[in-house]
Amino acid sequence: MSEADRNASSAGPLAPYLARLGEARWVVATAAVAVFAVAFFSPAPWWLIAAAVLAIVAVAALLPRRSRQSRRREAQAQAMLGPVERLSAERLAAAVPDPLILFDQSGRIAHANRPAQTAFGAVQAGVDVRLRFRSPEMQELVRALLVGNVRPSGVDYAERVPVERHYHVNASSVGSGTGLFVLVFKDQSELRRVDRMRADFIANASHELRTPLASISGFVETLRGPARDDPKARDRFLDIMNDQTARMARLIDDLLSLSRLEMKSFIGPDERVDICLLVRGVIDSLTQLAREAGVEIVSDIPEGPIEVPGNRDELIQVFENLLENACKYGQSGKKVEIAVTRDADDQKGGAEITVRDFGPGIPDEHIPRITERFYRVDVEESRAQKGTGLGLAIVKHILSRHNARLTIRSVVGEGAAFTVHLPGV
Amino acid sequence: MHIVSAYDEDLKYLAGRVAAMGGMAERMIENSISALVHNDVPKAQKVIADDEALDEAQREIDDRALSVIARRQPLADDLREIIGSIRISSDLERVGDLGKNIAKRAVAVAMARQPVKFFRGLQSLSELAAAQLKDVLDVYASRDVESLRSVRDRDYEIDAVYTSLFRELLTYMMEDPRNITPCTHLLFCAKNIERMGDHATNIAETIYYVVTAEQLPAERPKQDRSHDVTVEAGD
Repeated sequence: MSEADRNASSAGPLAPYLARLGEARWVVATAAVAVFAVAFFSPAPWWLIAAAVLAIVAVAALLPRRSRQSRRREAQAQAMLGPVERLSAERLAAAVPDPLILFDQSGRIAHANRPAQTAFGAVQAGVDVRLRFRSPEMQELVRALLVGNVRPSGVDYAERVPVERHYHVNASSVGSGTGLFVLVFKDQSELRRVDRMRADFIANASHELRTPLASISGFVETLRGPARDDPKARDRFLDIMNDQTARMARLIDDLLSLSRLEMKSFIGPDERVDICLLVRGVIDSLTQLAREAGVEIVSDIPEGPIEVPGNRDELIQVFENLLENACKYGQSGKKVEIAVTRDADDQKGGAEITVRDFGPGIPDEHIPRITERFYRVDVEESRAQKGTGLGLAIVKHILSRHNARLTIRSVVGEGAAFTVHLPGV
Repeated sequence: MHIVSAYDEDLKYLAGRVAAMGGMAERMIENSISALVHNDVPKAQKVIADDEALDEAQREIDDRALSVIARRQPLADDLREIIGSIRISSDLERVGDLGKNIAKRAVAVAMARQPVKFFRGLQSLSELAAAQLKDVLDVYASRDVESLRSVRDRDYEIDAVYTSLFRELLTYMMEDPRNITPCTHLLFCAKNIERMGDHATNIAETIYYVVTAEQLPAERPKQDRSHDVTVEAGD
């Protein structure tokens, strides 16, 4: 049944005929004009002309517009359509957990499901899909689809900002003759990162672990040899060895926690966290450490909850690392300030958390780079404070997963301030 | 929308080619740095060969843009769009040249195994520049020019890391004269990456102009000048 017929069937007995007449109005009108024109130049009687016009109108109204065969074919197709086929592509896309993008024959994005919006930012409908996915492989894949040769195998696609992710992209056309194509992104970041972690571990960890290992084996040798019968030296050496093994353990802990963070697939933070409560908790857990370092923690935290989207455990680690750093490296200042405020620039209710110490400060040339892995302003000082060179790298990684920013301000001799800007939405 | 749909097709084709060039340039940055860091000479040679495709794409965009101007006599938005594609493609072509230069140096540096610490700073610098270029090109697709306002801040960040890296490489050279050859190459690589960031900023300015017909507003007064370090050893 055509659209017009269907509407008509509910309106009255005459309606289907009127509808057919409506559909054929141009043909009928042309025929009528032709008949009148012929009548004008020939001596035919008026009733013949009227009969001809009536006949045309009657045929147009009574005869169905399509052949019996074509109607039968359509009825069959309709009967074969299961409930699945009638689902709109959009609703189907919403049910898929992987990022999925539909685009039309001209390459314009018709729909991107929610996981795609999360993974690739706002992907607006109407934008050419090739403008958003620019890697040469993706260009080739979309081009091949649009000219009609669908390749069975997909391509790999990597997205590096804000967090590195790898996808295997499969492309196909939707149904037949819909003119729609679909890209399905399968997240393979985990597999890739396991590979990379291994390489990273060999490159970084082996280098960092070599120093403490060398020192331990040196002391073992001394204890076996010259210091064998010297109880005083033995105690001292064992202490040093103890410190070194503790350092290696810390290093491995930090490396593992960084790799664990990097391994997680990228999902935007889903829970809402009260920053005030969270920071108070962190301060409580570090009071002991601060007391041992002879540092007083002064906090300025408002009463009311300031809620931001975030992952509780990860954010706790951020503020623990920052506060611990402030206590360690700002020890000489005797005081560490931590303040939580609402972000004035952010209308969506973000939060700003500042951790300030009054220690020696950080020279300008190091500031842009202290969040790099294993970057140390002062290697000796860092070793003495049991630093692993990874604390701020972890902070930075977590913050980029939260779409947050870290600004660092410091004046040499007056201390350093680390400010975290957490977005409200 | 234009009455002549072939005109729309022309504009769409140009934008598509610019995006494809962007994809190639992004890939070249990535591959050249990875070739440098991982001592991968075949990959470096592939980057050097790939630059040809980027040059070719730029020539094609120039041709197409000129022919569109000649045939359609574009005005206002369309004219900006076309001029924009010419400018963006020439910036991307420069990014490709810089990537090619890094790849050439990667071959030279790969002569001997270098310590990991030489490359760490370079890697994070290149990540910043690549992120900058990616974000800018994403805006070329989305036309959401508001997010371009932070581009200048991030360019400062790249400059600051570059300056710091400059110092670090100088100290390695002073430690051991044998480091001078590789570190000089790395210094040029760092400079190249910093320039890639500048080109990304240029592209951001072009996109802002294409979309709004205004210049990207000058940087807002920042309270935080700490990133803006200058060293007498730098340039």
